[in-house]
Formats: sequence, structure tokens, C-alpha cells
Amino acid sequence: MTLTKDESGAETPDPLDPYTPSARRLERERHKRARSRRATAIAAVSTLATAVVLYLVVVNAPGWPRTKETFFNGQYAREALPKVLEGLWLNVRLLLICGVAVLVLGMLIAVARTLRGPVFFPLRFLAAAYTDFFRGLPLIINLMIVVLGVPALRLQGVTVDPVWLGGTALTLTYSAYVAEVFRAGIESIHPSQRAAARSLGLSNRQALRYVVLPQAVRRQVPPLLNDLVSLQKDTGLVSIGGAVDAVRAADIIVGRSLNYTPYIVAGLVFVALTIPMTRFTDWVTARMDRRRAQGGIA
Amino acid sequence: MSDTDAPVLRMESVRKTFGGSVVLRDVDLEVAPHTVTALIGASGSGKSTLLRCANLLEEIDDGAIWLDGEEITDPRVDQDAVRRRIGVVFQAYNLFPHMTVLENITLAPRRVHGLSRAEAEERGRELLERLGLGGKAGEYPDRLSGGQQQRVAIVRALAVRPRLLLLDEITAALDPELVGEVLNVVRDLKGDGMTMVLATHEMGFARDVADQVCFLDGGVVLERGSAEQIFGDPQQERTRRFLRRIVEAGRL
Repeated sequence: MTLTKDESGAETPDPLDPYTPSARRLERERHKRARSRRATAIAAVSTLATAVVLYLVVVNAPGWPRTKETFFNGQYAREALPKVLEGLWLNVRLLLICGVAVLVLGMLIAVARTLRGPVFFPLRFLAAAYTDFFRGLPLIINLMIVVLGVPALRLQGVTVDPVWLGGTALTLTYSAYVAEVFRAGIESIHPSQRAAARSLGLSNRQALRYVVLPQAVRRQVPPLLNDLVSLQKDTGLVSIGGAVDAVRAADIIVGRSLNYTPYIVAGLVFVALTIPMTRFTDWVTARMDRRRAQGGIA
Repeated sequence: MSDTDAPVLRMESVRKTFGGSVVLRDVDLEVAPHTVTALIGASGSGKSTLLRCANLLEEIDDGAIWLDGEEITDPRVDQDAVRRRIGVVFQAYNLFPHMTVLENITLAPRRVHGLSRAEAEERGRELLERLGLGGKAGEYPDRLSGGQQQRVAIVRALAVRPRLLLLDEITAALDPELVGEVLNVVRDLKGDGMTMVLATHEMGFARDVADQVCFLDGGVVLERGSAEQIFGDPQQERTRRFLRRIVEAGRL
């Protein structure tokens, strides 16, 4: 919880409560403002100092002129950017579709693993086997099997599009990861919550749906985001089947020009894509926290 | 100022708001050493908030709080150092479920106060023994009854030899049979001379044990006095009404 207080101005005057901040409070707030100004100043100075040191170290490195030409060439960057962005659109679409599929499938597997009762043994077993297998299988091998192996079967009505097949492989692997995240979250909810829900007459499924999962999901947001960001980067791997995504687009230019700047451009574009996503989830979770707790712990 | 008469805890015009609502308004309080102060009043009258403010778990908006003559609400003060001198027992016990009873109790003595494991455990076991929990040192909190958990929570607060003990409706979550065992512990602590501030709904207990009773209503200390004054001859109409309702409910 935030402890910043700015109520002296926000508080509406109440005729029954003729409150005016005391000198003590004003002094305290002055002190806090001074302290936060000092903290900001220190942060700014230390950031600047670090940046300058890093800059000098890099620029004075013996190979810098050559590196600069090969990795930070403005002309190639300008040439690569539109192509990379065009390819990135494929990554974004893959991320959106696979992301949703992964969340749904992962949740189903996690719930299957937490089902109790002997009837559900086969389901539990299958779910466990699935996560064990796909978490262990290297993604690159999974991709090659699916992208290259499935078309080789020449099945009627099954797509040979490397994007769809690559997306399928990504979904298979990431569902296994995400299922484990969900399962850990479900099991982290104190048994008393389930007991309270069951005591109200909610069935096991209802307890899971209305009490356990909503609490679990809240805790899982950071690790889930981790997996989604990882997924976003791994969408680049569909290029092994020949699809042209951001990485492949950069690759093509590098192959032609022997200048590595396009890789840097592609890398930065990926970073630029994740930062807003992280900030957004931080904001969402912070807002959820604020709503739940009134008071704060210092 | 000598240790015998200077108040352990002193509050002066403390004000606390949550969002737009004023939870504490101009609260003054003095707690003399080796005395027990009971805060009574309806739910939502500000009792718990007052205790949380005293332990700096809530930041007050205005006013000031002193512990042994030192202003603890000064922004320059080291809050952890203040909290090291105050013990708190919460309504919901707040034991750490991943630690055994003994680990719960020795955590602060070892990590904060720098006691050796042997010293901390010896003192912990001694306190457990005194509170009738000698056999429970190795148990995990979830395996204990509510009364046992609450007594463990009291031991945890006592293990650091606090100057002041804050008890926040510590029996509210217990059934009547278990209430007795916890309240007896508090009586014993009073006998040992522990300075305590407690928020409670147990009026009979407050009357027995408290040297000072404060009736809170709408975030204001409406009336204060000795237990005989407040329970025997309340001056304010609100206090009378509150006590009448308590009597009707058979709680006094």
C-alpha cells in the first residue's frame, strides 16, 4: 500500500468536523517532501553517473568503431525497421492466439490435476503425463516434429501451414508450463478457504470456480506474465518452418548485407513490446490490492 | 522523569482518516507503566485502528504518539526500533503457518534481537510451559485449537520482552470455553506488571483487569475513567446506551 498522504487538499470541509492541519502535521509533511526530493535527486545523480561510466567503457573499448559499424548502423536500421515491424505483426498474432489457447488449456490441465476422487484418476494421470512430457521436451525439437513431421504424414484436411503448426507446438509446450503455474497457485490457497466454501454448500467445482481460482489467479499474474513474455519471444522460433516473422525478417537482411544491425532492431522491438505489457499487469495487480485492503502496512 | 510515573504510551490529538472517512479524531491517551488500559466501544469505533497507530502499522494524519517519552510518529524515527519495544497480539493470531510453534516464537528473538538459538529456545520453552503449552513446541499452528494458537501468539509477542503489549480483540475469534484460558494469561501478565492496551468486547474482563477504561465512539474517546466509573456510573448518554445493550445481550 502506498503511504503517500495528500488529503489536506482533498478533504472536503465538514461542518461537524472543523479540522485544520496542525503545525506538527505541516512540519511532518514538509519533512517528507524534502526527503522524497532528496531521494529523487540521489536517484537521478546515481543513474546519470552509471550511464556515463557505461558509455565511457563501451566507447573506449578497442573494438568499438568496428562494433558500432556492424551492430549500430543507422542506415541498415532504417532499412530493417519496416521489414521487422511487418514480421512482428505475425509474432503479435501468434502471441495473442497461442496466449489465449495456452491459458485455457493450461487451466484445464491444472484443474484436472487437482481433481479429487478415484473416478478422476485417469484424468489426473493423463494431465500429469502431459505436463511431464511437454515440459521436458525441448521446444525446438517439439517444433521440428510438429512443423516438419505433421506435413510428412500427408493427412487429409490437416494444415501444412508452418505458422499454424508452429503455433500448435508452442501451445503444447507452454500449456504444460502454465498448467504448473496454475496448479501451484491453486494449491497455495489455504485449505480453510476451500473449507469455508464447502461449508456454504458449494460443490468442489463451485468452490474452485468462485473461491479458490479467483484468489489463485491473482497470485499467478507475475509468473503467468513471465511465461507469456517468454512465449512472445519464442514465437520467433516458428521461422524454422519458413514463416517470416520479425526475427526472420532481420535474418534476411543480415544474410544479404552481413551487417548485424537488423538483429539489434528486432531485439529492441521485442523489448518495446514487453515493457507496456509488464507495466499494465503491475498496474492491474496494484489496483486489485488497493481495492482489497483499506489500511496499509508501513 | 522517573520510570515510575512517566507514561509508557502517550497520544496527543491523534487523527487518522481512510480515504474520506475520519476513523480517529483528536484522540488523547496516556498509559502509565504497569497499568492496563481497556478500549471498549462498538465495532468500527476505532479501537483497532488506535492500536495499529500505536504500533506504527498505520501512519497517522495528525497529532503525535510518544513511547517512553520519545516521539515515535516523527518521520525521522526508526520504525523497526520502535516496534522492537512493542508486542502485538492480533485478533486472528497471525501465526506463521510454515513454522512450528517454537520457530514462531524464536524468530524475532533470534533474527531481530540477536539471541543465540539456545537462549531463544530456552526462553521460548519457559514461556510456553508457563502458558500451559509445554508439549506443543514442535507442532505447527494449524494443528492447534484457537485458544492454543492465541496463547502461542501471546508468547510470540512476549518473547522479545516488550515494554508495551497491544492486544487487539484477542478473544473475538474464540469460543467461550477458550476465552477463559486466554484471558487468564492476560490477568497473569498484569500480575507481572506488564503494561498493556487492549481492545475488547469482554466487558466483564475489562472491568476486572483494567485500570483505565476508554469508551470510543465514532473515532472519539467519548469517556474515560477507572473501570468503576465507566461501568458503575457512566456520564455520557452514549456510554450508558452502549453498556445497556451489552447487559441486554448478557455480556456483562
